[in-house]
Amino acid sequence: MSGPSDFQPSNPALKWIERRLPIFGLIHSSFVAYPTPRNLNYWWTFGAILSMMLALQILTGVILAMHYTPHADFAFKSVELIVRDVNYGWLLRNMHAAGASMFFFAVYIHMFRGLYYGSYKEPREVLWILGVIIYLLMMATGFMGYVLPWGQMSFWGATVITNLFSAVPYFGESIVTLLWGGYSVGNPTLNRFFSLHYLLPFVIAGVVVLHIWALHVAGQNNPAGVEAKTEKDTVPFTPYATIKDAFGVSCFLIFFAWFIFYMPNYLGDADNYIPANPGVTPAHIVPEWYYLPFYAILRSIPNKLAGVVAMFSAIIILCFLPWLDSARTRSSKYRPLAKQFFWIFVVVCIGLGYLGSQPPEGIYVIAGRILTVCYFAYFLIVLPLLARIETPRTVPNSIADDVLAKSKGRAATAASVVLALVVAGGLFAGSTQNARAEGGDKPPAQTWSFSGPFGKYDRGALQRGLKVYKEVCSACHSLSYVAFRNLADPGGPGYSEAQATAFASEYKIKDGPNDQGEMFERPGRTADYFPAPFPNEQAAAAANGGKAPPDLSLMTKARSYERGFPQFVIDFFTQYQEQGPDYVDAILQGFEDKPPAGVTVPEGTYYNKYFPGHAIKMPKPLSDGQVTFDDGSPATVKQYAHDVTTFLMWAAEPHMEARKRIGMQVFVFLIIFAFLMYFTKRKVWADAH
Amino acid sequence: MVGAAATVWPLVAQMNPDAATIAAGAPIQVDLTPIAEGQDIKVFWRGKPIYISHRTKKQIEEAQKVPLSSLPDPQADSARVKEGHDQWLVVIGICTHLGCIPIAHEGNYDGFFCPCHGSQYDSSGRIRQGPAPANLAVPPYSFVSDTKIQIG
Repeated sequence: MSGPSDFQPSNPALKWIERRLPIFGLIHSSFVAYPTPRNLNYWWTFGAILSMMLALQILTGVILAMHYTPHADFAFKSVELIVRDVNYGWLLRNMHAAGASMFFFAVYIHMFRGLYYGSYKEPREVLWILGVIIYLLMMATGFMGYVLPWGQMSFWGATVITNLFSAVPYFGESIVTLLWGGYSVGNPTLNRFFSLHYLLPFVIAGVVVLHIWALHVAGQNNPAGVEAKTEKDTVPFTPYATIKDAFGVSCFLIFFAWFIFYMPNYLGDADNYIPANPGVTPAHIVPEWYYLPFYAILRSIPNKLAGVVAMFSAIIILCFLPWLDSARTRSSKYRPLAKQFFWIFVVVCIGLGYLGSQPPEGIYVIAGRILTVCYFAYFLIVLPLLARIETPRTVPNSIADDVLAKSKGRAATAASVVLALVVAGGLFAGSTQNARAEGGDKPPAQTWSFSGPFGKYDRGALQRGLKVYKEVCSACHSLSYVAFRNLADPGGPGYSEAQATAFASEYKIKDGPNDQGEMFERPGRTADYFPAPFPNEQAAAAANGGKAPPDLSLMTKARSYERGFPQFVIDFFTQYQEQGPDYVDAILQGFEDKPPAGVTVPEGTYYNKYFPGHAIKMPKPLSDGQVTFDDGSPATVKQYAHDVTTFLMWAAEPHMEARKRIGMQVFVFLIIFAFLMYFTKRKVWADAH
Repeated sequence: MVGAAATVWPLVAQMNPDAATIAAGAPIQVDLTPIAEGQDIKVFWRGKPIYISHRTKKQIEEAQKVPLSSLPDPQADSARVKEGHDQWLVVIGICTHLGCIPIAHEGNYDGFFCPCHGSQYDSSGRIRQGPAPANLAVPPYSFVSDTKIQIG
């Protein structure tokens, strides 16, 4: 991007354009001829990965906005309808939701890379600060996006975060009212967040252009941390960096696809499948994993204003990094002490992330305070001090020298990659462990036909489960997101259109008003949804001892329990995402007529072994012999619980079979593609090493 | 300069609650007769949950007995209830830390416990423990009769 390009297209039409707008010259000088240091490692491919993620988030986001309704009464439902009814809606939603996590994952690696190799040092200060601005914008965008599905975590996350501004002296309350557009988080808040969530990604894109511009002025840093001096130090961007980035991107896509197709709810919070309820706060409000370290810092300070200030300072301090670390040697490769402190700092950040997900009590608060001090000490004490006392090792004369030396020491690179992967895995794992309400036994793990990469629903179990729902559960619980037509959907209970029509016609559906202005009842059609047993929530609560029975459409995704270490790490690989079904199954079987000695449950509640707190409002719903099956399956509570849970899992994830099938195809493609990219890259780079 | 400020003003002011929201925030009346001693109800006013507690003798005594010097946000119990209506505690059920809804009848002080960040309030809604900086706010209200209050 520096200076006019001498590039001249040969095509006369392109020449005509080029004379009037030298855009091809700009592209050529920025992305083709642009010299990149020849010793860049794969940590440098995350720039390209991030560009791709931004483009992908904007693309999927714009499409989702075509189907989404930003209104407090319809937002939750519209997201469910996207997932259920829009063609490939589940795919787009999973891409966008998991994409946000992947975006942050990549940006953290990108930032730690910059930290390790001293990419913020002179002359790249502005480049680094632009990066911090992008990161801040990403956090704002991610936060507002998380509010849009309008689930419990959305609502309460929004409440907690907007309340941070109430810590501002004197104007706090007015600022918060201004942000809300009301006296509490509500529909105006949702609307403006939607508007800003649509806007900010384009602002990010703008700052990214400045970021890349600054990068192309200063030139890329590199693992050796010495500036490129001669032509021997660099290779042209295309094909060398392009092909390397393409390989990096394809590997990242494999990782990304694992979440999209196999673990779409692994990083999410079960509570967000419960519609927002301003009257009930979830037991533990936990932000998305990428905010956890800062959340831990906020909570570890007992004073409200100081906590908020500390949290924002933790990010803003990054802007001053170029001046806090005044060491002349850039790369930590040649700084024996800085290298060790860097890894300690990484562990501190992951530790803070873990603590952010835990309840704010006892040992967690103390540990949080210690790590908060460590976090700030790294920037304010360790780095300035190291710059003065550390004796760096000899830095290679040039990048070319570094490349020659490196071809001897490959093992170290491999070791650092393995270490980084372990750290990354730990980061993910630690963050997904959301603390749940305690006091219930851990549900036993069940065998489900739908688990694993090839999992399918057991048609028999779905049909039997439907029968159990219809004859037992539907007396109190609605199933409002499931329509009769879904019974004939592929990947569902396997009924024919005619059977679904017959099933629907057994129901009486309220319709109207007719020409006389009166409501009337008619037989159900396949387009109708399962009717609710009560006309409204108040009626449901009044008829059930003050607590309305929850809707079951999303029950298996809206309930979860803590899997504990190391189970949640293994879960990631075995695709054990189905905590919900285990829990639902266990609750149905966990009723005991007599609570164990020494345990009393309040009047109007029943003892359940697996329910958090053990006192559940629902009386024992199933007993042996209550429902008879035509296929000869045993009429036992165990069988009922298993079947109805399978049915509810399908109700919550109706496109799971398509998701896993397409996922497998995508995987085969991506793996082949990554291999092709790898071998092309080797061929291209063969003469450069 | 004045022109620029005058242009910006509507652009910012539009973010504040609109006329319909303000109108919906008019005062409400609540009948207290159904609330038995030791019980409480939650009503919504301006989108905020308001706890109305019918306190027991024990709770009132505890609230009055605490030495003010031991409180993070010192305020006498008598300043938080209406004179002659000691048994009625009316507070906005929004934690003064970060806005969660505390749970009534939980925590170590016979009052409220906030599940988000562990703040604990006593039977007068005063902060006793945890990160919250202030007592639960008392909304503007008055007794219309002995068994009816008007909030707002």
